[in-house]
Amino acid sequence: MKCIVCVNHVPDTEAKIKVGADGKYIDKTGINHILNPYDEFATEAILQLKEKNGGETIAITLGGDSHKETLRKALAMGVDKAVLLKDDSVRDSLSVAKALAEELKKHSPDFILFGKQSIDYYNEQIPGMVAAFLGVPSVTSVVKLTVEDKKVTCHREIEGGQEVVETTYPVVISAQKGLNEPRYPSLKGIMASKTKPITEVQPIAVAPAVETITMIKPQSKQSGKIVGADATAVPELVRLLHEEAKVI
Amino acid sequence: MKILAFAEQRDGKFKKSAFEVTQAAAGVATKLNAELITVVVGNSLDGILSDLGKYGANKIIAIQDARLDRYSTTAYAKVIGEIAQKEGAAIIFFSATQMGKDVAPRVAAKLNAGLASDCIAIRIEGSEVIATRPVYAGKTLIEVKINSPVKIFALRSNVFTATPKDGAQVIVENVKPELTDADFASKVIDVKVAEGRPDVTEANIVVSGGRGMKGPEHFQLIEKLADILGGAVGASRAVVDAGWRTHDEQVGQTGKTVSPTLYIACGISGAIQHIAGMSSSKFIVAINKDKDAPIFQLADYGIAGDLFEILPPLTEEFKKLLGK
Ligand SMILES: Cc1cc2nc3c(=O)[nH]c(=O)nc-3n(C[C@H](O)[C@H](O)[C@H](O)COP(=O)(O)OP(=O)(O)OC[C@H]3O[C@@H](n4cnc5c(N)ncnc54)[C@H](O)[C@@H]3O)c2cc1C
Repeated sequence: MKCIVCVNHVPDTEAKIKVGADGKYIDKTGINHILNPYDEFATEAILQLKEKNGGETIAITLGGDSHKETLRKALAMGVDKAVLLKDDSVRDSLSVAKALAEELKKHSPDFILFGKQSIDYYNEQIPGMVAAFLGVPSVTSVVKLTVEDKKVTCHREIEGGQEVVETTYPVVISAQKGLNEPRYPSLKGIMASKTKPITEVQPIAVAPAVETITMIKPQSKQSGKIVGADATAVPELVRLLHEEAKVI
Repeated sequence: MKILAFAEQRDGKFKKSAFEVTQAAAGVATKLNAELITVVVGNSLDGILSDLGKYGANKIIAIQDARLDRYSTTAYAKVIGEIAQKEGAAIIFFSATQMGKDVAPRVAAKLNAGLASDCIAIRIEGSEVIATRPVYAGKTLIEVKINSPVKIFALRSNVFTATPKDGAQVIVENVKPELTDADFASKVIDVKVAEGRPDVTEANIVVSGGRGMKGPEHFQLIEKLADILGGAVGASRAVVDAGWRTHDEQVGQTGKTVSPTLYIACGISGAIQHIAGMSSSKFIVAINKDKDAPIFQLADYGIAGDLFEILPPLTEEFKKLLGK
């Protein structure tokens, strides 16, 4: 079984975000980057698929040289090898998906895992787009995955419940929190990751369709009213919600 | 020019977000002097279609088939994509619901269209639709436009208004889709519905608890308040990780994004990752004994005190107000 995880290299969640000089993107100086948290669930999932079914695991990312750090993290968790689609240009989800799909075709994977979304742009688009380009089914926001013979059963989160989805592989799956507990890289894994191969590939160039015009710092809200410090403030709070905010 | 709005239904009922997306698309259609077509996919939906008229739909294309009764990513993407192509739609609107976020990317790939996800505002500038969307955990916003011939936007639930007006006459065109087994490469075989309270992403009111609740047994204080208000129960990651609540209630960067009219945060410090999921709530109330907790910087109203003393009388006071 061949299992591929597509991973992204994103600013640490604690990072202070400053609008860059171009007014469209953030100023990346001094910002620490991490393996996208959702991609850790996806990485854990392909490691478990290999542990059960044998085969090979690959991590793929698209980005500049710094993305190798994130590939190393996946390798340290236990992924066999990695591919960097080396490209620093500005892309949107559609152009990333096209480049990933081109590369994925070369590998004929059985399972392609993604995190549900990247925590920088929250697009939630690439898994579905890649699946469409590959002509394979996709299941997003998956919290449970079982594979038996050729049958794949996923539980995906929906509003107020879960859908149980049946499909076959090759398939694209996006991992939601709850799918598993990602393992920490062991010391041995970290050492091994240093010698595992990262292949560099020139991805196909595709102009982005979605264009950022401006980045806007959200207006900082005026601090609200602290109505009181104990239960005596309760009637006033309810009055404000009813009469001033008119939300009750 | 034609604009399509996908109005999502489940179990023969429209989602509130379906009305929101219809009304928002109708607004854009008026401004761009375009024709709005509302697309509905499912089975046996004739009885509900006229509801969309109250939100500005006048032409509806209903794609109905017994096999579309339940959602299928592959089949829904196919029929929506085909209608968009046949009609020559220039703009397509989806709701950024779990269904919308699942199907829109596949439609976008089919139409080679740029997609702006999870938009919280749209405006027209000349002939261009400009969308605003939060990025970096809501720490900043971006404005985007789409340069491909077909442009797709997915709108965050609960952000756009859906106010019913006197129903206009709707024209329904029924389309019988051509579907084969291969189109159902993925299909929903069962839906497990959580009983009782509404989902955090759909509720008008969300009452959330954090580590300040001290233990799972105290969440009944949150549940009682939520039930009086007809709201949903939310949770911070700290309490989900501790196993006090399940992940489907988690609000935040690695949880759900919510935009209720009222968000009541109880014993939640207001970490950036939590704020990422709830900062677009219209009114925020914080109850926290630490008056310097970051959540107060975001809250419209707050009580800087012990939630165990405040929640029971607060529930009583709402009960009185609502005559329950
Ligand atoms: C990659 C990543 C993703 C994350 N994603 C999320 C996410 O999606 N959602 C999320 O919520 N967090 C997320 N977090 C975690 C986040 O950083 C915080 O740790 C978490 O939100 C804290 O939860 P809390 O506010 O309940 O707990 P705490 O920070 O411990 O706050 C508890 C609060 O309760 C107050 N309190 C205590 N006792 C009382 C009392 N008796 N009465 C009133 N107030 C009281 C305290 O003053 C304190 O402010 C993420 C973190 C990382 C690193």
